[in-house]
Parts: sequence; structure tokens; C-alpha cells
Amino acid sequence: MRAERLNDIFAALADPTRRAILARLTAGEATVTELAEPFAMSLPAVSKHLKVLERAGLIARGREAQWRPCRLEADPLKEVADWVEGYRRFWEQSQERYDRLDDYLRQAQEKEEPDEQTTP
Amino acid sequence: MSDLKVVADPGTHEIVITRSFDAPRDLVFKAFTDPEAVAQWWGLRGSETTVDELEARPGGRWRFVQRYGNGGEDGFHGVYHDAVAPERIVYTFEYEGLPGHVLLETITFEEQDGKTLMTDSSVFQSVADRDGMLQSGMESGAAESMDRLEAYLAKKR
Repeated sequence: MRAERLNDIFAALADPTRRAILARLTAGEATVTELAEPFAMSLPAVSKHLKVLERAGLIARGREAQWRPCRLEADPLKEVADWVEGYRRFWEQSQERYDRLDDYLRQAQEKEEPDEQTTP
Repeated sequence: MSDLKVVADPGTHEIVITRSFDAPRDLVFKAFTDPEAVAQWWGLRGSETTVDELEARPGGRWRFVQRYGNGGEDGFHGVYHDAVAPERIVYTFEYEGLPGHVLLETITFEEQDGKTLMTDSSVFQSVADRDGMLQSGMESGAAESMDRLEAYLAKKR
């Protein structure tokens, strides 16, 4: 179900360490040890973060037991982008409607002004 | 820069839009209630709006048709509950692509130093209707509701 998937994805994204891990993975595959390097964090702690990301479908991990490189999976991020896109559209449509009204009001006032001068 | 603000508190049926216009209140009220005026600005850019009927008085009806460059069109209609020049309009709003989902819209106009502050409250029949509108605009909101209806009917079968 879409709403539940979004819950998992947003929950996974709601952590700075996990977002930093995703950012690192945009540069390519990395092992748990490599991913742990920038953080003052134990390997098990990093593994926990990776599990959350994996459950949300944001990363996939290799098969080999020793060398299980992580890689970014872009599809869930696209779902997030699509979700945001809807709101953006509503916002932009609202802007556009009222911008048109602005134009109408400006024109209507320009038309009125000469009248005011001839009939004071 | 426009000062458009959209407030949709989580779990409520309402969307409140506020925005000010650099025009006197009488003129803004007219822009919403005069058929010729409405046809000139209502709807999205690149579309043309025809006003079929617009009787801004208690019990009066309104119907607008928005036509797009690609030949498509959308109809919208409702009934005025109240129209108090130049302060307030209250009417129902129904998108014909999604019949049965009616919202109640109350627009108030306040004059502030020659400008007009508009407050537009839309109250939907359900939180889901409200969220559908917010999330995807009326049109795709309709598509989603249709999907939901289909799923519901499939379960009942």
C-alpha cells in the first residue's frame, strides 16, 4: 500500500546519518566499513541504519557474506518526489489563478482611471 | 511578490487560502461575481473559461466551463448560499469530473489601505477529499478517487 510505503521511506529519511549514507551512495557502491568511516559510530550502529534503509527499499545489498556492498535504489526517492510534486502543482495552480486575477484587476483599474478624470 | 498562503491543518476538512490584491474591495468582489469579469481571469493560464450561469444571490446557480488548448474541458458548478457585496460570498463547489464531492467555499474580502485581503475557506466532505485536492489538484484527485471507488466496488462484488 502506497501510504505505508511512504511512511517507511519518510521514516528512513528522517535521520541525518541515513541521509548522509544515501548521499555517499550517490557516488557509487560502498561497504559497511567504508560507510561507517565518516561517522563516530560502531559498525553495528551503522548496520542498524542500513537495515532501516534496506527495509524502505532505499538501498540494496550484495549477496556475498563478507563483502556486501550497498548501493542506492532510486525508485522510492521517485515516489517521494512524486508525492511532493502533487503539492507543488496545487501551490503553483493557486499562484497562477490569483496572478491572473491580479492582471484582471490591474487592467480594470487602468480602464477606470481615464473615466475618473473626465467625470470628477 | 504575491503573499499567497495556503493552510491545511492535518486531519481537518478545510483548506484556507489568503492573499491580498492591489485593488479596492468593490472591484475584487466584482471580479468574483460578475460573469464577464470571471470569464477574464478564472481558471488556469492557457485555458479559457465560459460562464454558463452566475447568479450571485442566495439560491442562485453558477456553472463555469474551462477549456484547454488540447480540446479538453472541465465543468464546475454550484449554488450560492449568500453574496453580500463587497464582503462575502458563500457557495457550494462541485467539479463535474468528480460528481458527488461537494465543497463549501466561503470567501471574505477585507479592505486594508486600498488593498484587499481575500480569505478563501473551502470545507470538504472528508479529510480524504481535502487531501486529494491538496495533493494532486482537482483533476488527478478525481482519477485517484475513481481508483478508490473501483477498488471499493471490486471488494463488494
